Amino acid sequence: MHIPDGFIDAPVSIAAGAVAAVGIGYSLKKAKDTMEEKEAPMAGLVAAFIFAVQMLNFPVASGTSGHLLGGLLAAVLVGPYVGAICVAVVLLVQGLFFADGGLSAYGLNVINMALITAYGGYAIYLFLRKAMPKTKGSVVIASGIAGLLSVILASLGFTLEYALGGTGTASVATVAAAMVGVHFLIGIGEGIITALTVAVVLNVRPDLVYGARDLLPELEMRPAVTA
Amino acid sequence: MTMDHKRKSLWLLIGGGLIVALGLAFFVSPFASSSPDGLNKVAIDQGFDGQEQESATADSPLAGYAVEGVDDESLSTGLSGIIGVAITFGIGMIIFGLLVRFRSKEPTSGAAPPAMTTGSA
Repeated sequence: MHIPDGFIDAPVSIAAGAVAAVGIGYSLKKAKDTMEEKEAPMAGLVAAFIFAVQMLNFPVASGTSGHLLGGLLAAVLVGPYVGAICVAVVLLVQGLFFADGGLSAYGLNVINMALITAYGGYAIYLFLRKAMPKTKGSVVIASGIAGLLSVILASLGFTLEYALGGTGTASVATVAAAMVGVHFLIGIGEGIITALTVAVVLNVRPDLVYGARDLLPELEMRPAVTA
Repeated sequence: MTMDHKRKSLWLLIGGGLIVALGLAFFVSPFASSSPDGLNKVAIDQGFDGQEQESATADSPLAGYAVEGVDDESLSTGLSGIIGVAITFGIGMIIFGLLVRFRSKEPTSGAAPPAMTTGSA
């Protein structure tokens, strides 16, 4: 879903850059306030893992592929603040070194693939968790469903940007329908990869899964509210 | 479980995770689908793919997930993946390491280690 240069006009791209800067700035501040020392290497790993899995395009429909976005996965593993930064780092590396995603479109891509998926996706995850029993299974299933929905939200993010500054001539309604249709299929892949990854980490080190902190026994050290 | 054990298993997990990421990037990425992704497919179908402009970094030695000068396509893709994983992990560790460091220097709290020993059995 990496937007190249040219799909969205300059004013909207610049405005998106400003919005993305505010969103990532907020994420950095919140991460600084809440992150513990032991979480730093895990956050680096999450970013590296997302980079790797984003390379693995899987076929969805005829002549179309998709890949993990990873924002919701990152949010469940390391929290939405750190998770959004992880994806923003991945997008930066892709844009700077791999010519994947235009540099002028960096803000657009951060909004769609980092902020919408990490914050919007995580809000959906929390909502689902509330309606489910407090078990590891719920964490896995809620992650999968929220992963799927986060991709659809991201595709709507692009549609909004297209409506505001798209350089194409196709109608917004047509683009919206096409985007949501194909990203529903890609989202299924996202949901499966997300659920599998969360299940593995949950079994190895449940205390490192941010979105499962409520399952930890009370006697386990809690993340200090204030040190 | 003592803190030492926890620390050890944390780095085991990080090491294991990195090996998985590097393995996926090197061994699996050459088999990834090369069809246009969802957005590009929509752009083609709706006739705005022609609006795409070349990336400012199109001349990068890693552009398009290939290493310049490596002719074997699979090897080139795989190597670019390994380099990308390493760069991403490196930048991530710098950013998150700095965030954690700034925090632990804040005067509101003492050093982190004493607080952490209280919970271990």
